[in-house]
Amino acid sequence: MYVLVSDGRVAEVRLDIYEPPRFFEAFLRGRSFTEPPDITARVCGICPVAYQTSACQAIEDACGAELDGPLADLRRLLYCGEWIGSHALHVYMLHAPDFLGYPGAVEMAAEHREVVERGLALRSAGNAIMELLGGRSIHPVNVRVGGFYRAPSPAELAPLARQLRGALPLAIDTVRWVGGFDFPDFTCPHELLALADPGRYPIERGTLATSGGLAFAAAEFEQHVNEEQVPHSTALHARLTGNGADGNDRYLTGPLARYTLNSGSLPPLAAQAAAEAGLGADCRNPFRSIVVRAVEIVCAIEEALRLIEGYRRPAQPAVAVTARAATGYGVSEAPRGVLYHRYEIDADGTIASARIVPPTSQNQRAIENDLRRFVADRLDFDDERLTHACEQAIRNYDPCISCATHFLDMRIDRR
Amino acid sequence: MTKPLAPRRAVVIGVGNEFRRDDAAGPAVVAVLAGQVPAGVTLAVSDGEPTRMIEAWAGAPLAIVVDAIRGEPAVPGRLHRMVLDHPAMGPGGPVSSHGLGLGDAIGLGRALDRMPGRLIVHAVEAGDLSQGAGLTPAVAGVIDTLAAAVLHDLCS
Repeated sequence: MYVLVSDGRVAEVRLDIYEPPRFFEAFLRGRSFTEPPDITARVCGICPVAYQTSACQAIEDACGAELDGPLADLRRLLYCGEWIGSHALHVYMLHAPDFLGYPGAVEMAAEHREVVERGLALRSAGNAIMELLGGRSIHPVNVRVGGFYRAPSPAELAPLARQLRGALPLAIDTVRWVGGFDFPDFTCPHELLALADPGRYPIERGTLATSGGLAFAAAEFEQHVNEEQVPHSTALHARLTGNGADGNDRYLTGPLARYTLNSGSLPPLAAQAAAEAGLGADCRNPFRSIVVRAVEIVCAIEEALRLIEGYRRPAQPAVAVTARAATGYGVSEAPRGVLYHRYEIDADGTIASARIVPPTSQNQRAIENDLRRFVADRLDFDDERLTHACEQAIRNYDPCISCATHFLDMRIDRR
Repeated sequence: MTKPLAPRRAVVIGVGNEFRRDDAAGPAVVAVLAGQVPAGVTLAVSDGEPTRMIEAWAGAPLAIVVDAIRGEPAVPGRLHRMVLDHPAMGPGGPVSSHGLGLGDAIGLGRALDRMPGRLIVHAVEAGDLSQGAGLTPAVAGVIDTLAAAVLHDLCS
């Protein structure tokens, strides 16, 4: 991260992402339309289900297939597992130590053992869903275009329900715990982008909505979101065309956006926990994102229990998906925000082109803007303290580089 | 290969990413060991994320971790065996961009009293940790040796 301070004012803030591009979109070309769920799962070890789900939905969209009933429920249930696991990891292992003054989870565990045990129990509950439905918790292997390779029996889900019922009070305690943290007074003014799924909190599907009132389908995503290269980073930056706050096209996706646009759709216990933690109908303080994540853990467990209770084993573990020459679009709410996939498929099922827009790149410009304002109020900090403060600020967004921000290479140029 | 003699409950965890060249050494050793380990031994592959590591080894009398490491200067294929009673890890950061590694897993396991009875780490110095599948010849050439060393630990 580069900060230029000139004449006592922040002149420039750049978040330089140096990891080389991985060219997933390029090597998807020429592959079979059945392969993206397995290939794109490898994009992320924390949120592979998000990649699998957006990929499946885009290909099913292209091929005119649709999941409903228990298969759609299983897809949402699997995604709940990823939310629980990912959010528990971030809340307990990465974010909470910042608020309690520990350098990391290991040091926090030494003095707050019972708290970290609670986090591990929640993460374990999420992993259990992933392992049962996905075949394994990392890069699941049971997901296919059209559904799954194998659908569990209701009896197989019973132990999972018991574990989730045990995890639910732990999740509610988590909201109470993080709700009591001290939060810097900070507001992000950006446009917010999230999915909307009428009648329920958006997780694995939906259409797109913004805080400025835009509403559009996944197929229109690229009409509204433009990615561009910037000189200082290997990560693309995204713009929400023509609708950014004060005309700047910056926008934010992720928990704050999801919550602010959908808090009215939370299931009862999650809504109650949010209210008790002091969250209003919207939340625009990135530091409070830890509270939103905790509320979303409650939401995901509630949803998982509801889905298991109503589950009936489908006749087939997947619907038939037949290739045709078409383009398909898929969106889902990765723990870090909206994840968009587009595939152009030939008549024989060969992928002609692919496009993936992950949440972290969408948030880059908003993160840099927030950091600029954050740093401006802390110019009296010495470099070490400012580095630590910026690491905390970056972790608010749970970017894919979140863990790596422990190693933030901060360059402060004071002129 | 060493013939299994005295079965004991243990877990062998191959840590690594099969798409980061020599980082796949751990999973490769686990693949070789499949079907060869004594009864009661669990084989697992992990990305090394601490909570998963702790879950995999908690309660086991013996945990054996097989991982690729960076050496400075590196001698690709050079093997190391460490019995970690003290969490003194060497310098250098983890390979994963997610930043949390074996040292964190050990620290967290100790803080939460979720360490195995004994932890043995078999490490191989990597020659190439860039993106892509396939081990370098130097590392591929010691996978069987590593697997034999793990079996020896399981049976001794």
